Amino acid sequence: MPELNLTSAPAHLRHGSNIGQPLTRRDGVLKVKGQATYAADNHPPGMLFAVMAVSGISRGRVSSLDVAAAKRHPGVVDVMTPDHKPPLAVDPEIKTNPFVFRMEVLQSNEVRYANQPIAVVIAETLEAATEGAALLAPRYETLPALVGLDAGESFVPPVVGVGNPTEVHRGDVEAGLASAEKQIDATYETPPQYHNAMEPHAIVASWDGDRLQIDMPTQGLMLSLARIAELFGIAHDKIHIRSPFLGGGFGSKGLMAGPPTLGIMAAKLVGRPVKLVLRREQMYGPVGHRAPTRQRLRIGADGEGRLTALDHHARTVSSTFDDFYEPAADASHTLYAAPAIRTSHDAVRVNTGTPLFMRAPGEATGSIALESAIDEMAWACGIDPLAFRLKNYAEVEPISGKPFSSKALRACYEQGAARFGWAKRSLPPRQMRDDAGQLVGWGMGTATFPALMFQAEARAAIRRDGSGVMEIGAHDMGQGAWTALAQIAADAVGLDVDRVEFRAGTSDLPDAGIAGGSAHTATAGAAIHSAGAAVIAKLADLATNDERSPLFGAGNAGVTARDGRLIRRDDESRSESYAEILARAGVAEVEARGTGAPNPAAMEEYAMHAHGAVFAEVKVDPELGQVRVTRMVGAFAAGRIVNPHLVKSQLFGGMIWGLSFALHEEAITDRRSGRIMNANLGEYHIPVNADVPPLDVITVEEHDPHVNALGIKGVGEIGITGSAGAVANAVWHATGVRVRRFPIRIEELLTQS
Amino acid sequence: MKPFDYVRPATVTEAVAAAAQPGAVYLAAGTNLLDLMKGGVSRPDRLVDVAHLDGLDAIETLADGSLRIGALVSNADLAHDAEFARAYPAVAEALLSGASAQLRNAATVGGNLLQRTRCGYFYDTASRCNKREAGSGCDARDGENRSHAVLGWSESCIATHPSDFCVPLVALDAVVEIEGRNGRREIALDALHCLPGNTPERDSALEPGDLIVAVRLPPAARGFATHARYLKVRERTSYAFAVVSAAAALRIENGKIAEARLALGGVAAKPWRARAAEDVLKGVAPTADAFQEAAWRALTDAKPSGDNAFKIELARRIVVRALTLAAAGTPARIPALPASPFASTSGAIHA
Repeated sequence: MPELNLTSAPAHLRHGSNIGQPLTRRDGVLKVKGQATYAADNHPPGMLFAVMAVSGISRGRVSSLDVAAAKRHPGVVDVMTPDHKPPLAVDPEIKTNPFVFRMEVLQSNEVRYANQPIAVVIAETLEAATEGAALLAPRYETLPALVGLDAGESFVPPVVGVGNPTEVHRGDVEAGLASAEKQIDATYETPPQYHNAMEPHAIVASWDGDRLQIDMPTQGLMLSLARIAELFGIAHDKIHIRSPFLGGGFGSKGLMAGPPTLGIMAAKLVGRPVKLVLRREQMYGPVGHRAPTRQRLRIGADGEGRLTALDHHARTVSSTFDDFYEPAADASHTLYAAPAIRTSHDAVRVNTGTPLFMRAPGEATGSIALESAIDEMAWACGIDPLAFRLKNYAEVEPISGKPFSSKALRACYEQGAARFGWAKRSLPPRQMRDDAGQLVGWGMGTATFPALMFQAEARAAIRRDGSGVMEIGAHDMGQGAWTALAQIAADAVGLDVDRVEFRAGTSDLPDAGIAGGSAHTATAGAAIHSAGAAVIAKLADLATNDERSPLFGAGNAGVTARDGRLIRRDDESRSESYAEILARAGVAEVEARGTGAPNPAAMEEYAMHAHGAVFAEVKVDPELGQVRVTRMVGAFAAGRIVNPHLVKSQLFGGMIWGLSFALHEEAITDRRSGRIMNANLGEYHIPVNADVPPLDVITVEEHDPHVNALGIKGVGEIGITGSAGAVANAVWHATGVRVRRFPIRIEELLTQS
Repeated sequence: MKPFDYVRPATVTEAVAAAAQPGAVYLAAGTNLLDLMKGGVSRPDRLVDVAHLDGLDAIETLADGSLRIGALVSNADLAHDAEFARAYPAVAEALLSGASAQLRNAATVGGNLLQRTRCGYFYDTASRCNKREAGSGCDARDGENRSHAVLGWSESCIATHPSDFCVPLVALDAVVEIEGRNGRREIALDALHCLPGNTPERDSALEPGDLIVAVRLPPAARGFATHARYLKVRERTSYAFAVVSAAAALRIENGKIAEARLALGGVAAKPWRARAAEDVLKGVAPTADAFQEAAWRALTDAKPSGDNAFKIELARRIVVRALTLAAAGTPARIPALPASPFASTSGAIHA
């Protein structure tokens, strides 16, 4: 692990607590200077380059590979194929737990999707390996590909998402619809989308006997380590993974996938360190994606605009060989107070890499459909969309009847609407124009994401010089873990952030759980908080049990830790520095561990969610159909805000992703071959800076005593939800055209002028 | 990557000789070629690097009033040349609407003319493409072809030429100066790009070894400076190719259109000059009706090649808008969002 020199700008020296301070990211200077070492920046001596050859078809078999031609190419060292590869300890087709996905690691010459790895060429240079892969000139026996939401027989999967029931209902939906004064029955489609992290999946793997050193971006160090240990039949303590920085993950780097596994196999095959980096187009297959959906919403409302029933059905796809089902309909569980709710899913199998969690899995896809449908119903009832949402405000979680652990959504609506100027919106569509004659539309959406917690452990120490150490194998995907978790650590041990050595990002540190589910700060933060409390307790024991200490006899509960000192609660004039306590005790350091975990009793009692309200303004050219988002305001309530600066950044990113979902992103899949025809960042459109308007984020004060000890709900994913629907609804309000297939395309808006 | 020879000739003559060999291609900035090579779409044996040749990076006004643009002038340098932007505002606007700032800084005039199509099937070496591999078939014809050609296409190829720059150039009768094995010659830009017919593998009229050394705008091209616009509908504000674009240039005298120029982009394998539309505008007042009529004329021969019928209607509307904008007069400054339908929207923020 290279020495990390994290920095704080002087302007951000703390006053009072660390938590809550808008520190700039402490790894920022390293990144700006190009000194942050990402996985592919590592070049151990003797390293070779591995390049995957990937399938040109999406279903069939590889009938031949010209291995000889590849091997003849100067610089090529070896070619790994199904016939020539190191053995694995377990069959990669076996699912040993729900967090294990089947992967393609050359176990056969069957092809299950386009861009599936079919061979790996290992060479002295990247160029030689690349050309070696091209020279393999694979031939195939091709079978007709299964493509799209209507491929083959549909079925009801046993679960969706991670163990969610496929169908959930409360109340009598059909009766609710039958009694409704107004009904909406609308079908929405969302396309396949790919994570497209800036940093491609990469691995540098070195074997030394049965010891394995890995540089690899991962959102789950211990999950990856456990999977590697299982696949290669080695003990956990023989593996060391370094993942100090990720150039984005968004869910695609959470679980061990085939390509990095191939890198480890390649290193084993040739007995030298190997680097394998995916090409951009190779990320459209073996490393997950967001599955397409077709969602039908049937909603009923009474004469007053109160919902009578909400029925949300989602069709999605999984691969032909594994199971992940985008839980899109589950988005309807928590937001609107319908007395009858039913959510259900079905699926077809297609020739695709297995879909996976992608930033707000289920919530993002479900939210744009639900928020569009609510907008349609508000219009059908002749009620302002915000008033309609307030009329159907859920005081308890509709699907479960549980109270919310906290819910400041009403404040989000109020503050967001006020900032946006929502009150001036025309009720009917196509009423507003700007001075250049462009149509103007205002739309809104409600944001929500569950406040999750996983399990984590941390180790804290106070050293003889009075400084602190906090260790946790946490992951900085760009969201700012190096900074936010260090702030929590500093408060946990009563020191300034610059006096705490914060160690993260490697697998030899305590397990921080997975950086996913918007739960990393809450989960790792809780472990850090608990480890800090434990080490301070040990320190207090040393002092309060020592009659030479001014704190003698105060008891553990009688002191508080602040600014590197333990201070008597009942007499602040009596205190002692950490260094003094340790020096007198003759101890080099005290250390303790702490854990973070969900509280099952609280989860049983409360529904736990973050909320928000997003307002968007779009302009649409009335003749040409081009759309431009011109303003967005998001107000979010997500419990305690550890670092407002980084939180805003996360929410901005989410809102931009929502804009992208509504207007840009789509993997264009050839309907015959199943190949993605725009597998590059030139043609797979995400917004450029010029597409992103000034964004305004309000973080609404919210105290949640139930979610976890720190009251943190997480902000990583919620920004997408609500935002996508807000943009789509604004397009309707501008044009009067309700587009139900996303992204919204120019041709859909050319219908009138 | 396939190994290749790299030669850096000292003179144009040496360059032509080196590039006349089979398997040789010219390399200028490489903003397109290198991507093609990395993707295995183009596998040349020899790169002839012309980026360092002397004398090809000047913008000069000739005695007869023509403007001669060296083939190695960068897209950005040309667009930001104040004199050029004043005289040929639609060309500058088109340049600034293309690619991204970084690409424009590198990309050259000659390279822009010769960029390859962005058809996904051309780029995807696992798909059949007659342009990439003659006679292999066209998977775009019955594939995902919403962005493909509506004019001049054939059953063998429905790809479009992606350039923005070429659209106003072809409207302004630009001429291409070529150095070849038999010396220098010149052809109209309109004759440079080929429609696919049965030979879609052939993009242009260039012969092996031919090097574009300059693009020339004739004296008459200046006559449109006060009424010239480029308009580009695209799926994001920057770094996206046109769904459909149009360059419109008018010479208005005494309230009548003395001469009109109109070309479309994103609709065919070449920048599409709409002469029939120009003809109906000659001598008439610049009215909405006249522009509608021109739009119909411009798209008379258009037919969908797939899921792209909307492009025909969109093209008509773009023609009308581009002509309307041109008639309204060239703005004093190039808009913050060049060629965008939102260019004139107040509060538009520059990319």
